[in-house]
Amino acid sequence: MRPASLRSVYPGPGGFDPKEVKREFPIFTNNPDLIFLDSAASAQKPRAVIDGTADYYRTDYANVHRGVYRLSARSTELYEEARDKVRRFLNATDRREIVFVRNTTEAINLVAQSWGSAFLHEGDEVLISELEHHSNIVPWQLLRDRVGIRLVVAPIDATGGLDLAAFEAYLSPRTRLVALTHIANATGTLVPVERVVALAHRQGAKVLIDGSQAAPRLPIDVQALGCDFYAFTGHKVYGPTGIGVLYGRFELLSAMPPYQGGGEMILRVTFDKTEYQEPPHRFEAGTPDIAGAIGLGLALDFIEGLGRENILEHEEMLTGYGVDRLSHIPGLRLLGAGQRRLGILSFDIDGVHPHDVSQVLDQHCVAVRAGDHCAQPLMDRFGLPGTTRASLGVYNDESDIDRLVAALEAVREMFAR
Amino acid sequence: MIDLRELYQDIILDHGRHPRNFREIEHPTHSAQGYNPLCGDRVTVYLTLEGDRIADVSFKGRGCAISTAAASLMTEVLKGKTTAEARALFAQFHARATGGEPVPDLPEPLAEEMDRLEPLTGVKAYPARVKCATLSWHALEAALKGSGETVKTE
Repeated sequence: MRPASLRSVYPGPGGFDPKEVKREFPIFTNNPDLIFLDSAASAQKPRAVIDGTADYYRTDYANVHRGVYRLSARSTELYEEARDKVRRFLNATDRREIVFVRNTTEAINLVAQSWGSAFLHEGDEVLISELEHHSNIVPWQLLRDRVGIRLVVAPIDATGGLDLAAFEAYLSPRTRLVALTHIANATGTLVPVERVVALAHRQGAKVLIDGSQAAPRLPIDVQALGCDFYAFTGHKVYGPTGIGVLYGRFELLSAMPPYQGGGEMILRVTFDKTEYQEPPHRFEAGTPDIAGAIGLGLALDFIEGLGRENILEHEEMLTGYGVDRLSHIPGLRLLGAGQRRLGILSFDIDGVHPHDVSQVLDQHCVAVRAGDHCAQPLMDRFGLPGTTRASLGVYNDESDIDRLVAALEAVREMFAR
Repeated sequence: MIDLRELYQDIILDHGRHPRNFREIEHPTHSAQGYNPLCGDRVTVYLTLEGDRIADVSFKGRGCAISTAAASLMTEVLKGKTTAEARALFAQFHARATGGEPVPDLPEPLAEEMDRLEPLTGVKAYPARVKCATLSWHALEAALKGSGETVKTE
């Protein structure tokens, strides 16, 4: 396979030029008018991922962990190489701690069903927050209905951030797991996960972090965070859909029963009993999304090529610019104002429904998300049916924010009372 | 590019801002709630039937300009109609709003009422918005059936 060529157009220190980066994304060549501000829903794909995945199918494809023939060995090597890339991306100690899944949702369901069913009992508590995406609420409700755990919800404070004092008060010896988002998808609010992990571990609780929005924006170091599980999805880090990652500390993963049964995850099967593989293969039943994993690896190469610190700096700078520009629009209320946020600007325009906002924005070729962002409890908390959400990626620059602001003027004009 | 004013005609903007019959009927003979899980819009339609005739009709809820205007215009055209006439109007409106199979033209004076709904049929160019325009009508249908359940668009 040809190596994913990352040309040296991206200067290391001093950041990168988003206009140069944008040229790496064919979607913008094919849709030259597109102002894409919906990367929090799904990011666009760089040439390296699109072409690299196609190249893999053209030159190296075969099933993995099965064939004796050389092509299968090569395919297996590429698949496992992708696992190594993920390990480095998260700074995990051991490649066996990286489980390939479909997406963040599946990663959380895996923990709930496998670890939750095996180790949680009636009366045990799982502590989440009001900021969570449905994918970090519903799996725990299913577990509650099966096992009888209590699902406890830590509130947000008046400014929309996690209320740490309340969070600490909700922690108790009954808390067995804390499952929190790293960056809230509906508001962009950063959760102080280091602090959360320290508080939770002091009570003996394990910690799962939903890194869906953080993985594309922040350098992630699971050792420094000290978390027990970390989940993220490929399609939000500029990789393919259908591939995601569950990181779990090896000691935990090796004590967990399988999530699904089938091929790939077994050592020995008879009709009486089956011996299971060690992690991560124990949790990867059936033929995996091989090309997806390889594509994810290419996306992580792309991100590392830009520089994670550079991406963080870019997102912080652009988020700040967006907050400033939006704060001058009369009648616009930014959710989570005053909170440290990254990459996501979620707002309400007085008297205009988010669907009407996004319809007018679409007319100006500005693509944003409108609705409840799969966080209905949080919308209920804010007393809103939904919001309009603009979210950023490495290909966005100030001119995109300017176009958003200009289109919002058109919204105000059309719906002015 | 399609002009957005085809979708947001003045009458829609007006009814979206100032919905008519936006109130609860205290003792309705029929009512039902409509819910669009896609956007979280909710509308409750209230009816007072006298015999087979709609003596009063109103709605409450929250939604976008299209769904609010659609509910408002619906209540205006339905007052005084029979339930059969209401169903005939819905069938005609549904066909035009979705761009579906045409149904036979309505007799006067129902055809005139249909003309009042015509501005809303601009949603057919915006598939994601068709449900906004039809939500209140689905709730009306449920209310007339008397099922008392929330109708969902999904």
